[in-house]
Amino acid sequence: MAGTIDYAALKKGGFMRQKQKGYFSLRLQVVGGNLTAENIKTVSEVAEKYGHGYVHMTSRQGIEIPFIRFEDIEEVRAELAKGGVNPGVCGPRVRTVTACQGSDVCPSGCIDTYGLAKDLNEHYFGRELPHKFKFGVTGCQNNCLKAEENDLGIKGGMEVTCDHDACIHCNVCVKACREGALSVQDGQIAIDRDKCNFCGRCVKSCPVDAWHGESGYIVSFGGLFGNHIYKGETLLPIIKDKETLFRVADAAIGFFEDFANPGERFRLTLQRVGEEEFRKRIQEAYNG
Amino acid sequence: MAEISFDEQVDITDKVCPLTFVKAKVSLEELDEGQILAIRMNDGEPVQNVPRSIKEEGHQILKLEDNEDGTYTLYVKKVGD
Ligand code: HEM
Ligand code: SF4
Ligand code: SF4
Ligand code: SF4
Repeated sequence: MAGTIDYAALKKGGFMRQKQKGYFSLRLQVVGGNLTAENIKTVSEVAEKYGHGYVHMTSRQGIEIPFIRFEDIEEVRAELAKGGVNPGVCGPRVRTVTACQGSDVCPSGCIDTYGLAKDLNEHYFGRELPHKFKFGVTGCQNNCLKAEENDLGIKGGMEVTCDHDACIHCNVCVKACREGALSVQDGQIAIDRDKCNFCGRCVKSCPVDAWHGESGYIVSFGGLFGNHIYKGETLLPIIKDKETLFRVADAAIGFFEDFANPGERFRLTLQRVGEEEFRKRIQEAYNG
Repeated sequence: MAEISFDEQVDITDKVCPLTFVKAKVSLEELDEGQILAIRMNDGEPVQNVPRSIKEEGHQILKLEDNEDGTYTLYVKKVGD
C-alpha cells in the first residue's frame, strides 16, 4: 500500500505526511483568517470523527487537522467540502493569503484587507512556482499581520493632505503623528513628506476631518522567515489602485517563475540574479 | 494665546493607557451637553491616543495645548447626553 502513495500529490492537496506511519495532518485553506461558524462546525466534526479530536492552528492563520488516516482521505475531503471548507496547499506553489481584520472592523485600518486577500487568493492560490510563495495583507503601519515576513507583503496606508481652510489649529495631529512629520509653521500645519510613513493617524485623529487620506498599498518584496531571515523590501512608491497592485504582483511572480531555480525562495533568487532586473520589471508594471 | 474657558477639569496624568481614556470618559459622562472639559494628560502614548479615542466617542475637540512641563491639556466639548 505504502508504495503506491503519491506524497507529492497529497502535499499539493494539503495533506502533510506525519511522523506516525499512515497518518496525515490536513491543512485547510483559511483565506484572510476568516471562517464561518458553519466552517468551524464542520472542521470540529471532522476532527472528532476522523482525527484525534483536536486541531492545530498554524502560524499563518491556517488550521490543520492531524491524525487523518490515509484510507479516510477521500471521505474527509468530501465531508469538508459539504461544509464549505477547502483544503490548503503545501509545497512549491502560492500559499493561502493571510490578512488582519483591516478597515472593515479595525479603527486603525486603511484598506479592506479581507476583500483584497480574497481577490489575491482567487488570482494566485495554488499557482505552481519554483518554490513556495506567500502573500500577506495588513491594514496599517501597526502591522499586525507582519507584511514583511511574506514573499509579497501588502500594507495599507494613506497619502494625506491637509485642508488648511478647515483646520481649527487644535494641534492634535501634530502629537498624534509618531513620525515627527507634522509641525506648525507660520500658524499653519506643515508636513515633512520624507518623514511621513502613510500611517493615517492624522486623518483618524483630526476632530474636524481637515486631513484627507487617499488609501493605498505599500508593497514589500522578498520577505523570508525560516532558516534564514530577511525583511521584505519596499521598492516602489505607495500604490493607489488595485489594477496597478495586481500588475506589480504579476510582475513579481513572473520574475520568480522566470529566474528562480527549483527549490529557491524569492529572496535568494533576487540575491543571485541581482535586484536591478527585478526593479526594472516592477517599475515597468507600476508605470503601467 | 488666549486661554479657553472650561466648565470642568480632570487630570489623567496619574493613569496609564487604557485607564487614561476611561477616566476621561467617566468625567465627560458627568458633564452636560455643550459643556467643556479640560483634560490634562502626559506626553507620549496618552497624547497620541486619547484625543482620537474621544473623537471616536463623538465629542468635539477644540484644542490641544502644550503646558511645556511634559503635559498637555485637551479641551473637549461634550456632544450628546
Ligand atoms: C488593569 C485594570 C483595568 C483595565 C485594563 C481596564 C480596561 C478597561 C477598558 C479597555 C475599558 C473600555 C473603555 C471603552 O472602550 O469604553 C474599561 C471600561 C471601564 N472600566 Fe476598566 N479597566 C481596568 C480596571 C478598572 C477598575 C478597577 C475600574 C473601577 C473601579 C474600572 C472601571 C471601568 C468603567 C466604569 C468602565 C466603563 C467606562 C465606560 O465605557 O463607560 N476599570 N476598562
Ligand atoms: S494592522 Fe492595522 S488594520 Fe490590521 S488589525 Fe492591526 S491595527 Fe488593525
Ligand atoms: S500619515 Fe502618519 S506619518 Fe504621515 S503625517 Fe499623518 S500621522 Fe504623520
Ligand atoms: S488635527 Fe485637524 S484641526 Fe487640529 S491642527 Fe491638525 S489638521 Fe488642524
